[in-house]
Amino acid sequence: MSKFKKKQANTKQGVPTSAMPDVVFMLLIFFMVTTVLREVELQVQIDYAVAENIEKIEQKRLVSYIYIGPERLGGGRLGDTRVQIDDALVDDINAIRNIMYDKLMEQPRLIVSLRVDRDSEFGVITDVQQELRQAGTLRINYSTRRQI
Amino acid sequence: MLNRKRKRESGDIDGSSLADIAFLLLIFFLVVTTIDVDTGIGLVLPPIPDDIEPPPVRERNLMNILVNERGMVLINEQPAAIATVRERVKEFIDNNGVDPEMSESPDDAIVSIKTDRRTPYNIYIDMLDEVMGAYEELRHTASMDRFGVPFSSLEQGSERRAEIQEMYPKKISIAEPDEG
Repeated sequence: MSKFKKKQANTKQGVPTSAMPDVVFMLLIFFMVTTVLREVELQVQIDYAVAENIEKIEQKRLVSYIYIGPERLGGGRLGDTRVQIDDALVDDINAIRNIMYDKLMEQPRLIVSLRVDRDSEFGVITDVQQELRQAGTLRINYSTRRQI
Repeated sequence: MLNRKRKRESGDIDGSSLADIAFLLLIFFLVVTTIDVDTGIGLVLPPIPDDIEPPPVRERNLMNILVNERGMVLINEQPAAIATVRERVKEFIDNNGVDPEMSESPDDAIVSIKTDRRTPYNIYIDMLDEVMGAYEELRHTASMDRFGVPFSSLEQGSERRAEIQEMYPKKISIAEPDEG
């Protein structure tokens, strides 16, 4: 009996933790690389539409976003439907053509992702699309969530 | 004398807190990260016509879908329900000249979606989704027939995928809405 006990006492117990910092660093680097800090401050409220037959945009660097939705006013109130590109609301819808044209010059394979609130009226989107056609940015993508 | 005393202390930095610091950073990035996947329905807009007449399209090759502001649907001037649109579109595209009212071949078939200016966006997306779904199903069947594998499993940019895509090209036209 005593022999038995002795044998067990000899085996080392406990997991070596010396590799833990390495593991943690690996995870840390993964998350640092994948993190995209939110680069724009949304000034419009967007509630995405859902759809079934959707595709992923693989090349994120080609994408430029246009946000369309009711403007966020103070105190949780919502205003009229507005168009936002980058950080600013667009007042004159005809200005979109120049903005998008400049972007197209920088990135010839530009994809414009339209992030539109589900309750917006389609007329605004048509106006924006007309501007996009004028600018020559023809590849678009209607941002939607997957239907669950 | 004083100098000597100092030299005797070990010059190493204590590394045991390294893991703690790493954890702290890790947690920060974990919280901040939003892996938001960009998904959506892709489309290519038609270029602005420069005074060139668009090629004539035969009446039978064109399927007109009209959606009004209350989400009511007209297909070729006939009222229809949104749920039936997918089947109708599939029939229309895959007609191959059988029915004289429908398309001559999938290559000729054009689906035109027209909305009112006041149509809510989500109704439009539903509509577009149905049409995309119809194409997706047709491509799936074609792929199963030909290669015995689902269309979605064909590799992006592969020859087989291009072949199926050529069989059923997505020809969707977004008409400019009427005023009102």
